[in-house]
Amino acid sequence: MNLAQTRRTVFHTARRSRHRLRHAFLSAAVALALWWGLVRLFHLPEFLLPTPEEVALRGWQAIQDGTLLHHTWITLQEVLSGLALGAGSATVVGYVLAKSRPLERLLAPYLVASQSVPVVAIAPLLIIWFGTGLLAKTLICALIVFFPVLVNTVVGIRSVPEALRDLLRALDATPWQVIRYLEIPAALPVFLGGLRIGATLSVIGAVVGEFVATDSGLGFLINLARGRYDTPLVFVAVFTLIALALALYGSVLALEHHFLAWQTPSGKPHR
Amino acid sequence: MTSLPPLVRVRHLGVVFPTEDGLGLEAIRDLSFEIHPQEFLAVVGPSGCGKSTLLRVLAGLLEATRGEVAFPAHPQGKPQVGLVFQKANLMPWRSVLRNITLPLELQGVPRAEADSRGRAMIALMGLKGFANALPRDLSGGMAQRVALARALIHRPDLLLLDEPFTALDALTRERLWEELLHIWQHERTTVVMVTHSVTEALLLADRVLVLTQRPAHLQMALPVDLPRPRTADLRYTPHFGRLARRLREALGGHTPRP
Ligand SMILES: Nc1ncnc2c1ncn2[C@@H]1O[C@H](COP(=O)(O)OP(=O)(O)O)[C@@H](O)[C@H]1O
Ligand SMILES: [Mg+2]
Repeated sequence: MNLAQTRRTVFHTARRSRHRLRHAFLSAAVALALWWGLVRLFHLPEFLLPTPEEVALRGWQAIQDGTLLHHTWITLQEVLSGLALGAGSATVVGYVLAKSRPLERLLAPYLVASQSVPVVAIAPLLIIWFGTGLLAKTLICALIVFFPVLVNTVVGIRSVPEALRDLLRALDATPWQVIRYLEIPAALPVFLGGLRIGATLSVIGAVVGEFVATDSGLGFLINLARGRYDTPLVFVAVFTLIALALALYGSVLALEHHFLAWQTPSGKPHR
Repeated sequence: MTSLPPLVRVRHLGVVFPTEDGLGLEAIRDLSFEIHPQEFLAVVGPSGCGKSTLLRVLAGLLEATRGEVAFPAHPQGKPQVGLVFQKANLMPWRSVLRNITLPLELQGVPRAEADSRGRAMIALMGLKGFANALPRDLSGGMAQRVALARALIHRPDLLLLDEPFTALDALTRERLWEELLHIWQHERTTVVMVTHSVTEALLLADRVLVLTQRPAHLQMALPVDLPRPRTADLRYTPHFGRLARRLREALGGHTPRP
């Protein structure tokens, strides 16, 4: 690829993302207009469906009195520690399973079966065992994050080309060098795909935990506001959760753009 | 040349792959030969006869089931090897330069030295201007040049080539023949090259081993007494024709690609 092509690619990418941004703004504006029209047309009371202005105003209040920040921070802690624990353990277990067919055959049925138990159903148990604090929520998030990251780790490690393994063995690479020079970079695309799914699932895990044991966090805020018929505050909390999930998703996307630039074929969009 | 001890001594080599039915698949049977230092050895044989298996044993990637593979010149172990396959098998996330310097990085050679040796190799292989290109931007011939450079950068004692030019178009293949000869004369590495092509074997090698159908054993070892330095035009000489005919006959009527 020569310089001119590179510049053309960069230019196209920039224009594409500007395009995408404009689309996002446009669809958000349309949604807001529809929402506003709906409330006005049917004269809906605030506790059923508040207008966008009422939600914005309530959001501003919640920011000023510190409640929103407080509960967001609690939820963010749960989401991040759960993601770290779930993704971390799934990476280690996934790596071991990918390396050992017998172990995979032994454990796969249990892992798949565990997926048929909804996390909502075991969340109360975890709360009973580990209390209403950060630990139980972290475990709930970790449980929900574990599986997609595990599966993608196994698939990623299995996708490492045999010929490259042979090459490194012939060059007397140590096991650690095989991991560092071959397995991590080769498995990274699939692994990050799993992490992207896991990151948004972790937000769901946190809310599930907070619904079960009301103490603090955005899930708790939703329950609290609902009890007081403070529907605008419910909306504020829901939108904050959405923003949180999008920010996490975007962070993993940024990681992908940084580490997987080699994968973007010249002149074609990343996805 | 033959007065030196051989670099590799293969004695009564047998390789059997385990199979589900327990009978095993016999890929190589009672194969014996020697490889001399600085020799260019070509190996031809019907496809599926066990040529790649033989290279894997020589590379230390596969254990011999029977017999032994010894390296008399390296009493305390195996020699350093360089490997090139039919496909370039580059790391798509690494630039051309970083692909080439990989063996040096694994050996812990300092980055600056690895880079300068890598750049010298890039110049030698006619890859100037591509140091920072990614594998996806290379043609098949260029990718194979990078693979060759990666196999040579750590100055291996034994260069193992498994049909390295089979996937390339005729023109690129012929250019790479000449470049390989040039490099081999320059570096004086011992080479074992598996090939389908009688022409390729005769143009490049000092000696050609012909293997039988699976299980592979030695059908014939043909010394190639053509003068060096060689060029691709040599294939139109009568003596080349005689050698090619003997090889084709040894391969048993089954005519491999020219
Ligand atoms: N890892 C393996 N397990 C079982 N059988 C194998 C394995 N590798 C190669 N074989 C078999 O051994 C025979 C020789 O293979 P190979 O050495 O690749 O042949 P060639 O390179 O001469 O075409 C083939 O029948 C092939 O199917
Ligand atoms: Mg083969």
